[in-house]
Amino acid sequence: MNPVGDAIRVEGLEKSFGDWPVLWNLDLTLGWGQFLVLFGANGAGKSTLLRILSTQAKADAGTALVSGHDLRRNPQAVRSRVGVVAHRTFLYDDLTSLENLVYYGRLFGLKDPEKRAVEALSRLGMSRRSGYRLRSLSHGMQKRVAIARAILHQPPILMLDEPESGLDRGAVEMLKELLQEWTASGRSVVMTTHDIDLGFSLAGQVGLLAEGKIQRPGSSGTDGDAEFRRYVTTSLESNR
Amino acid sequence: MMQLLRPVLILVGKDILLEWRSRDLVVSVLVFSLLIVIVFNFALNVTAQRVTVLAPGIIWVTFAFAATLAMNRSFVREMEQGGLDGLLLSPVSRDAIFLGKAFGSFLFMLSVEVALLPVFGVLLNFSVLSLTLVLTIALATLGFALVGTLFSAIAVQTRSREIMLPVLFFPVILPVIIAAVEASSASMGSESGVGLNRWLPLLAIFDALFLVICPWVFAVVVEE
Repeated sequence: MNPVGDAIRVEGLEKSFGDWPVLWNLDLTLGWGQFLVLFGANGAGKSTLLRILSTQAKADAGTALVSGHDLRRNPQAVRSRVGVVAHRTFLYDDLTSLENLVYYGRLFGLKDPEKRAVEALSRLGMSRRSGYRLRSLSHGMQKRVAIARAILHQPPILMLDEPESGLDRGAVEMLKELLQEWTASGRSVVMTTHDIDLGFSLAGQVGLLAEGKIQRPGSSGTDGDAEFRRYVTTSLESNR
Repeated sequence: MMQLLRPVLILVGKDILLEWRSRDLVVSVLVFSLLIVIVFNFALNVTAQRVTVLAPGIIWVTFAFAATLAMNRSFVREMEQGGLDGLLLSPVSRDAIFLGKAFGSFLFMLSVEVALLPVFGVLLNFSVLSLTLVLTIALATLGFALVGTLFSAIAVQTRSREIMLPVLFFPVILPVIIAAVEASSASMGSESGVGLNRWLPLLAIFDALFLVICPWVFAVVVEE
């Protein structure tokens, strides 16, 4: 049961690294069951935003509620309600895929961590490799285990930072199915990507993170998804 | 209480399993410690008359160096594999994370010391079957583990992490080393009662202080 209100509500969020402002007076609202894909050039602040929303980093200013909990006042409650896929896998090379997931399952206080770990690995097509040590798996397979780790505790909000990188086409299709199921069941997803086709095929909402703010269709002088898509493509290409 | 204890035990279990799988740390710490004690044994000519003067110093220099080596790896492994971020993303209190890492290091150091102590006993010619010596080692090692875990968490975020840990660790742990040397000396027969009555409670007080301060500072350090 998701709490009343929005999955994510951010107002006036600011974050700088030294003199370099990355996020500036950023507002964001995401309802339950919604899927937001964020595009942006390298260094636009996509990862920083996800790190702040998942309590891995602190904002300099602004307020943010994730699943109804204030990031500053109750970060521990937020942590139990988000699943994060980042650039790093958060997994241990010398543990097997199953051991890694069981370890996280225990940390999250799951009732039957072994069963949940097996289910999560199976969902990502990793059942046959569950007994392999992580170091013996390919990068793509490690990424699949990392996604399984993020969905292990069935969080109401998933935050994925370029989850498609390193995945083969089959795994990307599996990920798309998984994320669509996620939002269909009333849970929310925020994802960053550079893959414009993937992003527009998945998202109910799209945004471009540029100059510290999120630009949406309509707000950026564009009207409709097709025009916004061209705008995103042009913006990303102009940063090459 | 169980809310704190459960994640501590999960973390310790994971660290033991990882060390058992790789065995890189235990082997390097044991070899390093053995080399130190052998060098000291040849350099200082420890006779029966001088054992209470020299042996405690040799033991605690060895244990302190071994602790630095072990602590250096404590968070480096977490950092290298991204486990620290994963750990910080889990709904576990920072106190539990600190205590889990510190208790894991404590058990690791203790097992290394248990393996080394008979070697010290034979090479330096003193009895290791002393309850007060065992108590001194347990208390001092707990201090090492608490301070070492905190500074390992700080040092791992710096570029010169291998240098940073000893620079931070030794000034703070020095009172524990001094107390441990004095208590060990007393337990080996030098001015027995007086030394133990003074230094063992001091070690316990240091541990109690570190047990309160270190988890609090750790929580501040890991919050970006």
